[in-house]
Amino acid sequence: MKIERLIKMANDIGNFFNSEPDKEIAAEGIKNHILRSWDPRMRKAIITYCQEDGSELSTLVKTAITKLAA
Amino acid sequence: MSINKEKDFGTPAAASENMVTLEIDGFQVTAPTGTSVMRAAASIGIEIPKLCATDSIEPFGSCRLCVVQIEGGRGMPASCTTPVAEGLKIVTQNKKLADVRRGIMELYISDHPLDCLTCSANGDCELQDMAGVVGLREVRYNPIETHLKAEKDHSNPYFSFDPSKCIVCSRCVRACEETQGTFALTIDGRGFDSKVSPSQNQPFLESECVSCGACVQACPTATLMEKSVIDNGLPEHAIVTTCAYCGVGCSFRAEMKGEQVIRMVPHKDGKANHGHSCVKGRFAFGYATHKDRITKPMIRASIKDAWQEVSWEEAINHAASELKRIQAKYGKDSIGGITSSRCTNEEVYIMQKLIRAGFGNNNVDTCARVCHSPTGYGLKQTFGESSGTQDFDSVMKADVIMVIGANPTDGHPVFGSQMKKRLRQGAKLIVIDPREIDLVKSPHVKASHHLKLRPGTNVAMINALGHVVVTENLIDEAFINERCDVAAFAKWKTFIAEERNSPEASESVTGIPAAELRAAARLYATAGNGAIYYGLGVTEHSQGSTTVIGIANLAMATGSLGHDGAGVNPLRGQNNVQGSCDMGSFPHEFPGYRHVSDPVTHQLFEKAWQTELSSEPGLRIPNMFEAALDKSFMGLYCEGEDIAQSDPDIKHVHAALRAMECVIVQDIFLNETAKFAHVFLPGSSFLEKNGTFTNAERRISPVRKVMSPLAGYQDWEVTQMLANAMGYPMNYSHPSEIMDEIARLTPSFTGVSYEKIERLGSVQWPCNDEAPEGTPIMHTEHFLRDNGKGLFMLTEFVPTAERVTAKYPLILTTGRILSQYNVGAQTRRTENVAWHSEDRLEIHPHDAEDRGVKTGDWVGIKSRAGETVLRALVSDRVQPGVVYTTFHFPESGANVITTDNSDWATNCPEYKVTAVQITKVSQPSEWQQEYSAFTEKQLELLEQGISHD
Repeated sequence: MKIERLIKMANDIGNFFNSEPDKEIAAEGIKNHILRSWDPRMRKAIITYCQEDGSELSTLVKTAITKLAA
Repeated sequence: MSINKEKDFGTPAAASENMVTLEIDGFQVTAPTGTSVMRAAASIGIEIPKLCATDSIEPFGSCRLCVVQIEGGRGMPASCTTPVAEGLKIVTQNKKLADVRRGIMELYISDHPLDCLTCSANGDCELQDMAGVVGLREVRYNPIETHLKAEKDHSNPYFSFDPSKCIVCSRCVRACEETQGTFALTIDGRGFDSKVSPSQNQPFLESECVSCGACVQACPTATLMEKSVIDNGLPEHAIVTTCAYCGVGCSFRAEMKGEQVIRMVPHKDGKANHGHSCVKGRFAFGYATHKDRITKPMIRASIKDAWQEVSWEEAINHAASELKRIQAKYGKDSIGGITSSRCTNEEVYIMQKLIRAGFGNNNVDTCARVCHSPTGYGLKQTFGESSGTQDFDSVMKADVIMVIGANPTDGHPVFGSQMKKRLRQGAKLIVIDPREIDLVKSPHVKASHHLKLRPGTNVAMINALGHVVVTENLIDEAFINERCDVAAFAKWKTFIAEERNSPEASESVTGIPAAELRAAARLYATAGNGAIYYGLGVTEHSQGSTTVIGIANLAMATGSLGHDGAGVNPLRGQNNVQGSCDMGSFPHEFPGYRHVSDPVTHQLFEKAWQTELSSEPGLRIPNMFEAALDKSFMGLYCEGEDIAQSDPDIKHVHAALRAMECVIVQDIFLNETAKFAHVFLPGSSFLEKNGTFTNAERRISPVRKVMSPLAGYQDWEVTQMLANAMGYPMNYSHPSEIMDEIARLTPSFTGVSYEKIERLGSVQWPCNDEAPEGTPIMHTEHFLRDNGKGLFMLTEFVPTAERVTAKYPLILTTGRILSQYNVGAQTRRTENVAWHSEDRLEIHPHDAEDRGVKTGDWVGIKSRAGETVLRALVSDRVQPGVVYTTFHFPESGANVITTDNSDWATNCPEYKVTAVQITKVSQPSEWQQEYSAFTEKQLELLEQGISHD
């Protein structure tokens, strides 16, 4: 899986949920969306990226991926 | 006309609930007010002679053959134009009437060729019938001048026009006006010179005629006659089935001679089409027996090898062994499948069952991924169900119709005609589209507002509409309080009322003048029943799902849901988009849109399918390509879908297909994807199998086998054989058994059965204990979310990453045309190429002039993804800065230039926004030249392998 592609997908999801004023709810929304629609190998790749680098992910998405990894 | 004639009541049914009772030929009859005497008589079996009347169009009263006498009345009124009234006493037969009718027929026949025995309508001619009915035995006139030598027009590829046989009854003209709404025909001249004229006395093919066939259907003689009947004679039996083209799902009578389809005639009782058709469904069925059909299974080790014809057993065993080998080598999740909206519900169901239960993973996806997946997501989130809310007939109660990113007269022509009928009755129209589609201005139809937005700004536009509704207090508070989640509404209300969402603030983004947008919002919110219809111009964007949500918000805010004439209506592109999604062909959902991780559903399917199932979402189509290039997805079973032509960034798709170790294609033709395949399993056309399709209004309609499968098996049987070879047993003996299983396992389908479909003709889901005969309109009392409340969601506008720059200054957007269908695999193999034989690039005159481009010039279209070459069509239907093309021909390479941008929620590709530059060129692009050579090589490899017996 090209990580650049997954980063873009994750940030796009983040952009939708970013309009939610409560960022805790927004991060939960991103996490659930990824959990419910991404194949495990994609989730594994984005979690690994987030843990090892994560610089291209928005802050909100990073929070969500961290929740996803937990 | 049609063989085994359906009953013709002469005039349309009246809608009134007030009944009157009268007497006809001594028999009492009760009929609704507004019914004609002719129809009332027909309803009790009294057939009054007629020629100019037929029940699909309003009465005209010109032929006078249907005259009757009314006790106490004067003269002989025409029964077709005389309405019933309480206490009338009608006489339809006496000597006086018989003399008048015989006299009329004598006049008609005096100017009609007496070649009945060799006429193509012999046995199916109303003029011939009426001559018999009135007892015409002689023609006393010897006319000085006749029309018998009038020149025939054979220009239309599907029907002939022989004016020598025309009785100028105007049925064709009225059908073109009332049924189709094109107004292409007229009666030119007066008196003896009167004649049917397409446009300005032009040949049919050159006229405005859209070849829908309504005129042919209405013609009582052989004047307008299908060429297939002229060539083959009349059919001898008919079978009712469902069209395999667009999401309207028209019902047709396949009129047959043995196993040969002679003609497809729209079925009067079809609830989606009410006896109407378009050029594709009516005439473009010849692909089913085209010489390009492949009817024997084939295999090869590599795409560089020649194909080798093998037995079904060998092909299936080889496919299964390859899939098992790949799983052993790369893991259980390394294979998957793609279903198609062209497949029946039953085919899709067992395909996803094979993948989930037989392959042991959820790597199943469908072509809805690239069209309406955002509809599924957006409507599920807001309303609780992934479907449109209304039946098609609901449009006849709409007071204002908003069409967003759809082109119904081209993409969904039969529904487009129904919509135009309502617009002619006075409903208002708002069109939101970057391009001037036909609906904006056509005969007797004119949009009140055309919001010509810039591609990629749908969310800003829909937010601005919502802003006006909220800030001008046009909301339906009672509906919101009773039917919606009020806390979510309050949050949305605050968001949408922010100034940045106002029409004025978004004008610079959308390009829509703020005043125009405000006026459109007011019209939608205040004109009465407001109905929204939308298409791929909404979904195929990076914010496709957000726009769907925005549409749902707008409809809820104005209370435009849950009743006739309103609603949110996605116009589905292909025949079974709705059904293929319903059947569980998304990688995260079981049939009925239930998540694979939902414990109750998971347990239900594990028990029913008697195997362990994965609770993890599988790969979507674009993810499959990524995984293939990553060597973690190496085997694909693709049925009825042509991803190598239809999916975006096609070079990437081709690379992924080349990377896979086994690609199995099941199709009726060696399509573009099959050129990358290792196993070819010949499919069956819609005429060769039993099953059901579900149209855009959730209507499940029967697909019936009218001829034997050319390759020996129906598609569901092939999938079943593969499942058995994979070691997962399937033993269905008929698709009705598959539907029974679907009904057992899917709450919205529990009441569906073939017996019920046979009895009712079709049925709209949800069909269960709550709605045993189906549900025409959804959400009438509560939404289908867990708490029953509609959910408002925030819809922030996020500009697409695909921006115009000095290097790529124009936006390319794509669409389809009436005569061609999707990737064109079917319609390119019919005479429909007479209307559209190549894809062209529409470019505004200003942009064309800047580049020295004229209509017909070859132009290079270069994007960040690639380059292709098309011929230009200079047109002011597109706005400056926007270019447009269709994607019906593989050599066009429209998807060489589309990018891998996609919807945030569903990965639906952003086909509608690609930044490009246009330059005048003199030769095809490098890709086109390479692909042409590749195609030539693949056809050679096919030719080397196939037998010609």
